[in-house]
Parts: sequence; C-alpha cells; structure tokens
Amino acid sequence: MLLAEQVLNGLQYGMMLFLMAAGLTLVFGVMGLINLAHGSLYMIGAFACATVAAWTGSFWLGLAASLAAAAAAGALVEMAVIRRLYPRDHLDQVLATFALILVFSEGTRWIFGDFPLYLKLPPALSGAVTLPGGLQYPLFRLVIIAVGAAVALGLWLLITRTRLGIRIRAGEADREMIGALGVDIARLYTIVFALGAALAGLAGALVGSIQSVQVGMGEPVLILAFVVIVIGGIGSIKGALVGALLVGMTDTLGKAVIPGLFARFMEASDANTSGSAVASMLIYILMAAVLLVRPQGLFGARA
Amino acid sequence: MNRDLIVNLVIFALLVAVALGAHVAGQGFTVTLATKAAILGLAGVGLNLALGYGGLVSFGHAAFFGIGGYVTGIFASHAANGDPILTLPFTLMGSNEMLGIWPMAMLAAALAALLIGALSLRTSGVYFIMVTLAFAQMIYYFAISWPRYGGEDGLSFYVRNSFPGLNTFDPIQYFAICAGLLALALLFTAVVTQSRFGLALQATRQNEQRSTAVGIRATPVRLTAFVLSAMITALAGALYADLNRFVSPSMFSWHMSGEIMVFVILGGVGRLCGPVAGAAVFILLEHLLGPVSDHWQALLGLMLLAIVLFAPGGLIGLTLKALRRTEHG
Repeated sequence: MLLAEQVLNGLQYGMMLFLMAAGLTLVFGVMGLINLAHGSLYMIGAFACATVAAWTGSFWLGLAASLAAAAAAGALVEMAVIRRLYPRDHLDQVLATFALILVFSEGTRWIFGDFPLYLKLPPALSGAVTLPGGLQYPLFRLVIIAVGAAVALGLWLLITRTRLGIRIRAGEADREMIGALGVDIARLYTIVFALGAALAGLAGALVGSIQSVQVGMGEPVLILAFVVIVIGGIGSIKGALVGALLVGMTDTLGKAVIPGLFARFMEASDANTSGSAVASMLIYILMAAVLLVRPQGLFGARA
Repeated sequence: MNRDLIVNLVIFALLVAVALGAHVAGQGFTVTLATKAAILGLAGVGLNLALGYGGLVSFGHAAFFGIGGYVTGIFASHAANGDPILTLPFTLMGSNEMLGIWPMAMLAAALAALLIGALSLRTSGVYFIMVTLAFAQMIYYFAISWPRYGGEDGLSFYVRNSFPGLNTFDPIQYFAICAGLLALALLFTAVVTQSRFGLALQATRQNEQRSTAVGIRATPVRLTAFVLSAMITALAGALYADLNRFVSPSMFSWHMSGEIMVFVILGGVGRLCGPVAGAAVFILLEHLLGPVSDHWQALLGLMLLAIVLFAPGGLIGLTLKALRRTEHG
C-alpha cells in the first residue's frame, strides 16, 4: 500500500519534470539552443498564478495567467535576446541565459520580496480520493499526473498531426531549406520558444500549488530537467517523457526504500543519514549509467 | 615584449598594488577584498585551462572548488578535536599545515575530476555542459544530506591554518600566500599551454578531426586538462575556506559554477590573466553596487548580457581593441 503511494508520487514528480524537460528539449531540438533561463520561466508561471489567484480569488484564472505570463515572457525574451544567440556557440548561450537568470531572479525579488507565497487550491481540487484498493491519495497530485499525460498526448498530436508540427519537424531537420520554402523561421522560433515557456509556467503553477512560490524555485528543477534530457536524448519528446518518469520514479522510490534497506545492516540512525545521502545521489548515478551505455541518451539520434 | 604579456603583467601588478596600498593605508578590509579577488581569480585560472584552452565548457567547477574547501575544513576540524579522519585502510590525522592540506585538496579534486571527466567526456557540446552541471549538483546534494560535516549548516573552524614562517592571520601576509599561488598557477598555465601537451589541447579545441588526423587522441588530452584544471580550482577552494574559516554546501552550488565561469568570460576566454581581471571586476562591482542596491545582481546580469552580445572578447578583448584603435587611428 505504501509502495503504491510512492509509485504515484514518483509518477506525479516525473510528470512535473516532463513539463519542464519537454520545453527544453523542444527548444534545443528546433533551435539548437541551451536555455538556462527555462527555470526562470517556471518561476514566472508560479508567481503569475499566485498573484492572479490572490487578486481574483480564482485558482483557474491564476492557472490561465501562469500560461499567459510565461508564454509572453518567453516570446519577449526570445525576440529581445535569445534570437541573437542562435548562431553563437553554446558557451555564449550558457552565459547569456545565466545572465537572464540573474535579471529575472533579482527582478522578481524586487517586486515580490523574499517571502514565499502560498497558493490555495479550490475545493474541487483539494482533499483526498479513495483509490481502488482503499488507498487515500491527494486529488491534486492525481490532477498533475493527468495534466502531464494530457500535455504529452497533446504535444504528440501537435507534432505529428498539425501544420505547425510539420514545420517544427522540418525546422529540426533543415532550417535553411524550410526558410527557402517560405516559412517565416523567426516567427516559428518565437512560437516554439513561447510554447516551451508556457509548459514551464504551467509546471511552476502546479508545483507552486503543492509547495511554495519563491525566488530561486526554478533552478533545482532546471538541473533535474537537464538530467532528464541527458537520459532521454536531446531533442526527443519521447525521450523527455521516458527520462522524466525514470528520474521521478528513481528519486521517489530511492528516498522511500534505501534508508530502510540500509537499516538491515547498520544502526537505524546511521542508516537514515547515509541512506538519504545515497538516495539523493541515485538519479545522477542513473545518469552516469546511461552515459556509459548510450552517451547520446536513450532516444537520442546523435551524440 | 608583446602586448598580451604587458596586459597580463599590468593586471597582476594592479592587484598587488591595491593590496599593498590598502595595507599601507591601514585598510585591512580592502586587503581582504584583494585576497578574495586573487582566490576567485585562481579558481577562474583553473577553469580557463579547460574552458579557454581546451574548449571544455564545464558548468560544474564548483564541485572542485567545494572539494578543495571541504578537504581544508575537514582537516582543520580534525586537527582541532584530535580524532583521526580515517582509520581504515590507513590512519589519517587532521592537520593545520597548509602545505600538507593543499596537496590533499588537490588530490581529492583530481580523483573526482578523473571520474567526472571520464564520464562527461563521453559526450560533447551541450551534453557536456549539462552533465558536468548535474554531477556538481550531485555532490551539492550529498554535502547537504551528509550530516557528519555540518550538512546544510556548513562547517566552521576557528583557527586559520598555518604556513611556515608567516602569520596567516595578518591580512597582507595571507594575501601574499594567495597572490604567490596565483602567480605560480599563471606561470604553470603559460608553460603548459606552450608545451606539446598544451598545443595538442588547443588543436583538439580548434578542429577535432584534423587533430585526430595528425595522431592526437582527443579524449586523454582533454581528460588530463580537465583534471589539471580541477586541481587548480580546488587549490582556490582551499584558500577560500581558510579566508572565511568556514565552508558550506553553497561552495558546491550551481551558482558558484556560474560565477567561476563569469570570471573567465568577463575577463576574456583563453587569456592568461582574463579570469583575474574578471574576478577583480566582479568583486569591485559587488562591493560598489552592493551597498547601493540589494539587487545589484540584476545589474550584473544586464552587464554580462551586454558583454556576451556585443563584446565577445571580454574586458581584455575590449582593452586590446581600444589599444589597437588608438595606435592606428
């Protein structure tokens, strides 16, 4: 029973990571850009949701605001800064987007201060439900799992079944060619970037609702999303989904199981501390293992 | 003398002059700021070897900076309480001697860099950036969740470690130690980059296929550069720990990695004294803008953005360009 609960927690965590990793991997796949400021867009989504929800009293409006604010911030940043970075090497991209993190974090701290904000869930989404088998589980975490699954399905449909998706795939394959065929590449890039930003903003709002909304909340998640992408393979949405679920499960189950496992051959207090230390390293060990076997990631095309 | 050498000498001389001037004026705090600039510059000099000369964009050098710091903190705290650090496979006691601690700090970082480098170098480009960042983050979480040496709270030690013949508590004498090591590291970098190995390293950065064609195996060369680079950064971490007499997991944080990288870029990638100039300017900005606004990092971000977008050569690149212009114009 406890294990089932941890599996659900891992699934929820994985879905949240997928929302982050999908945007990152899309932007990398299409534009060849590494964006450290993706975590800032996550933070912007969370703050927009908290602010609008506090003003209007409606969580739903807050959620809509998180999507809109993150997408708008993404589009704005793309047009002002990111656009100039496509022809540059990765080092310039890393530095410029690192600079953006500083600007966004300090800007947000300037407006909202250092104290964390908290979101209140609407009654329709709060409380626990009883699952088949008698397990009590928070409804909102199930909602996050459902949202993640819906986004995965939606992205798959978007990329395989729509005109925009065809252009995105064509842009990945050969950007000069689709430009020559009359596609407005600059606009396509802005749309893809805003789409990734909106997904990050959504993830920020959802996670902000179960934890807290504060400056600097984006970067730990960003680094985990990098681990997800390295495991899944850069540029692959399928890889991002599989990688995210693997990382979510490994982390959650590791933290739940390892201290108990260690307790079988050492003292309880020692087992607890060294067990949790090892559990916190588990996903990176997973990443190292994937690097040893497949350096290009599970679904990556090239190294 | 060529112009690069003059610029390098001027930067180093400026740092020393600021420290000496502040010492004569009795401003111990400014001496400490100069010491901090020398130490962070040293960390940047380490990264520059991998990043500037080898083209290895490591976003995880905080790992080595932190390892250097923690080795120092652990030795010092064991020296204070008299317990051995290790009893198996051999007994290792704590120590207060910088000359004993530094090699240990560098050795520990070298081992970590060998492991991290061997794994990370299986990838390249953007993967390499993300993987090095992730491994540094792994060590960061380990430091937080390992309560033996302070966990999240960090580890403080009350006496600065000692150096034979010097009083390390005197700011100007501690500056002398740090500046001396910085000079050694700069000399080492200058010699190494002109050696066969250094030329091979730069060849692999400029064109891996061609360098392979002339018989250079890229991975061992790069791994060696990565390990050397980590050892220099770890030495800086050890000095930084002694400067503050305190180490905390924030030495391992991604933000630290980013800052070390900023020193290198701000000064100028692949320039010998670039990281020193970058670190000095960074500390000057922190010191000047910090009291004006709590949000000085936003200004730093904007400045950094401007440098990346409009002045890719960094501060030294800008200076050299200006010099050339006055000469020809």
